[in-house]
Amino acid sequence: MIQTLIHLLVLLVLPPLLLGFINKTKALFAGRRGPPLLQVYFDISKLLRKGLVLSETTTWVFRAGPIVTLASVALAGLLVPLGSPLAPVAFAGDMILFAYLLGLARFFTTAAALDTGSAFEGMGSAREVTFACLSEPALFFVFLALAKQTGSLSLGAMLGASSLPFSAAFAAPLVLVCLGLFVIILAETCRIPVDDPTTHLELTMIHEAMILDHGGPLLGIIEYGSAMKLLVLESLLLRLVLPLRFESAWLEWGFFVAQALLLSVAIGVVESIMARLRMRRVPYLLTGALLLCGSGFVLLVR
Amino acid sequence: MILTLIFAAIAAFACSGLPGLFLPARSRLGQRMAALLMVAGGLLGLIALGLSIAGRPEGASLAAAWMMPRGSFAVAIDPLSSIFLALIFIVPPLGSIYGLGYWDQVEHARSGARLALAYGILAGAMAMVAIARDGMLFLIAWELMALAAYFAATADDGPETRRAGWIYLIATHIGTLCLFAMFALWRRSTGAFALLQAPALPPEAAGAIFVLALVGFGFKAGLVPLHVWLPGAHANAPSHVSAVMSGVMLKMGVYGILRMASLMPQPPAWWGGTLMAAGAATGVAGIVFAIAQADIKRVLAYSSVENVGIIAMGSGLALLGSSLGRPELILLGLCGALLHVWNHGLFKPLLFLGAGAVMNATGTREIERLGGLAKRMPAVAALFLAGSVAICALPPMNGFASEWILYIGFFRALGSDSSAMAATAAVALALIGALAVACFVRIYSGVFLGLPRGDSGARACDPGASLLVPMAALALGCAAIGLAPSLILPAVLAAARSWPGAGLATGEAAFSLAQAAPLGWISRAGLALIALCALGFLATRRARSRAARGRPTWDCGYAAPTPRMQYTASSFGLSIVGLFSPLRAPKNRRLSVKGYFPGESRLEGKPPALALDRVARPLGLAIDRFLPRLHLLQRGQTHLYLLYVLVITIVLLAVGGLGVPL
Repeated sequence: MIQTLIHLLVLLVLPPLLLGFINKTKALFAGRRGPPLLQVYFDISKLLRKGLVLSETTTWVFRAGPIVTLASVALAGLLVPLGSPLAPVAFAGDMILFAYLLGLARFFTTAAALDTGSAFEGMGSAREVTFACLSEPALFFVFLALAKQTGSLSLGAMLGASSLPFSAAFAAPLVLVCLGLFVIILAETCRIPVDDPTTHLELTMIHEAMILDHGGPLLGIIEYGSAMKLLVLESLLLRLVLPLRFESAWLEWGFFVAQALLLSVAIGVVESIMARLRMRRVPYLLTGALLLCGSGFVLLVR
Repeated sequence: MILTLIFAAIAAFACSGLPGLFLPARSRLGQRMAALLMVAGGLLGLIALGLSIAGRPEGASLAAAWMMPRGSFAVAIDPLSSIFLALIFIVPPLGSIYGLGYWDQVEHARSGARLALAYGILAGAMAMVAIARDGMLFLIAWELMALAAYFAATADDGPETRRAGWIYLIATHIGTLCLFAMFALWRRSTGAFALLQAPALPPEAAGAIFVLALVGFGFKAGLVPLHVWLPGAHANAPSHVSAVMSGVMLKMGVYGILRMASLMPQPPAWWGGTLMAAGAATGVAGIVFAIAQADIKRVLAYSSVENVGIIAMGSGLALLGSSLGRPELILLGLCGALLHVWNHGLFKPLLFLGAGAVMNATGTREIERLGGLAKRMPAVAALFLAGSVAICALPPMNGFASEWILYIGFFRALGSDSSAMAATAAVALALIGALAVACFVRIYSGVFLGLPRGDSGARACDPGASLLVPMAALALGCAAIGLAPSLILPAVLAAARSWPGAGLATGEAAFSLAQAAPLGWISRAGLALIALCALGFLATRRARSRAARGRPTWDCGYAAPTPRMQYTASSFGLSIVGLFSPLRAPKNRRLSVKGYFPGESRLEGKPPALALDRVARPLGLAIDRFLPRLHLLQRGQTHLYLLYVLVITIVLLAVGGLGVPL
């Protein structure tokens, strides 16, 4: 019970801080002081208090988009283990629900974007659904490899794959799968080299292009939702890469938060030292992730 | 009792169009009587199914001699038939109610009565196919179904419809020819036309029967590349006929494959593997083709191909489970596949009926000419959205429940020898899922969101109750199965357990579907999702009520955005189609801009029907070149033809006399 409450607390409170760490890292690399670590919290709370402007083109789908997206990401967040190795909700086949909740979020984000009747938002959503066609199969290869190794169909147990006694046969697949998963996380959370969250050039954006016309509380919900998605996806990788266990639950949670922040710094470093790929090249990167994850699985089958 | 009710239902279906024939062409009475008879038949049939589930889970059967030279009048109803019968008793009656408003007898005085007659016979023949237990009877019902579908689908007379109708007729008859061969082989191997569990078959004969069934029924189900007839016929049929064809008639092909496979003992592993591979190819190709289409009903038709592929993957898993001796794979594969049969039988008709309502209101099927209809037709838009979410297999709608069971089946097959096959299927299903989201976001937004393109939707408004009520009923069904899949699982599970080999799960008694696939969690997740969304709407209520409205889209500050600046549906699909360019490149004529002040220019794009244009058409032309040689026989003199008949009869008698069994 306590674990569940902490899980909820971390899931609801931590996400904006991750963005804060990414932004700080990028600022330091650029030689700037950067915004305070808590800036994203301030931004979101400011947005939530602002008024809303609704284009006369839009319908209720536009308003539903951010809400459904946040709801599905939050539910997905209950299916992944964060600090404790057990997620609050775990059952056989929960990883499929997890993937399809992200699909539901994608459906409503893109539909809401297209509801504005703007060409930019159309481009953004076309790219979003296209790249998902590569990252979703890759994610399922990850699941397949982990299910094959652990013999379990629940996300919590599957992500504990690397805490099992060390087996040489699983080492190479684990490395491949983790690399692929890292690329999937970058793509799904719209980070460089797939997408640039700070650009103002609409023609090259994905996620930011889709939310151009959202403002006020709806934009706040979107920002919060995408931060939460970052945490949820990060936790998939963290569980695999650093399956350390501690005696005390508090220590475990503290360690998880530290890990998540560290991974955010790593993402910030990737963002700082890499350029965004040309839009036509993004499919190659994602195909690469698909191949990594697929090879990881194939190595396990033999 | 049960069979009597079913016969009454079939009779009511088949005769529903008769009164209309004797009434004046401009009288609505005949159409109303037809709808009444269809609904009465559907209710009778559902009562019968209810009785059969409640009282006699093993079903009922009847065999009687008949005046035909071969076979017998053998019918039976078992859990597998019941699954398909339930769809037949639900969708066509709803479609006939829809037809009252959609294909108004007064407006369509010439075709209305004919359509009602063919529609009723189609429904009755499908029910007959599902209960027939004799090869001859099955073929008669099958042919009746195929012909009735032809007449129903070509009600709207026009050159395009006629062409689609011919292609359908040819394809369905090639399929039927394969079935002729299959049943002949069946009789040769088992000694009778009766469709009963065969004790043992020589492996070559069993293999040949399976392949013939796969091809023959595959034509009807629309397995790629046998789907050539499907898009044209579905697009040009009246929408409630498309709904029945796509939602129910395609499933009769699935039923045929499953029925024949269930009769043959010990399927070898390549059967399941072949079916799974065919399903995966069908699924991916179907949805990619769907994304390239510009016609809303063609999109829906190709997406039916995709869904048949998903069902075939599940059926393949079940066959694989049979040959591996893993009952849990049979149960998971069949439950997923059969539940998907139901789900697709609900959401696809819903979408076709929605597309019909759009067509009726705007007069076009081209997505590029539509847009912004959600404001003018809010009810249709909401129902279409429900159908779109369902068909993308997203929670909390019903498509998710069936695909989820299939995924669990594929994941559990990882431990077996066929783990590579199962993994391919799982990844293909994931790819299909992502592509389906793209496809349905594309058509939903293209038709209902944004600004209207052109003036086709200027006078559009929500249709009357006769169109909305059937759609609402279907949407309700989708939501109900999505939120409480465990309610209808027993019926599906009964069908899966009746599969040979699946009932022997006692060795692994610990295995229960409830444990392997805890559907209760799906219900809980769906409810939680709805609750969270409601909470979100409540929380933003104040902001929304105070929102500044009445301005056009900001769009980075464009002063005068016009509807033509919107991203079109074809641009939306282009990047995905590009990923699969070897498979499908739309023939776009490139826009060339010349000079500093380019004049008017045009861009045309036409998605090719790959299998039809590249394979079926050249093949047909080659046959056409060969056919003139047969003119030698065609003399136009009746007595010569009579002579042919005599000669062939004598030859056949002679062959029979030699002891070759016929």
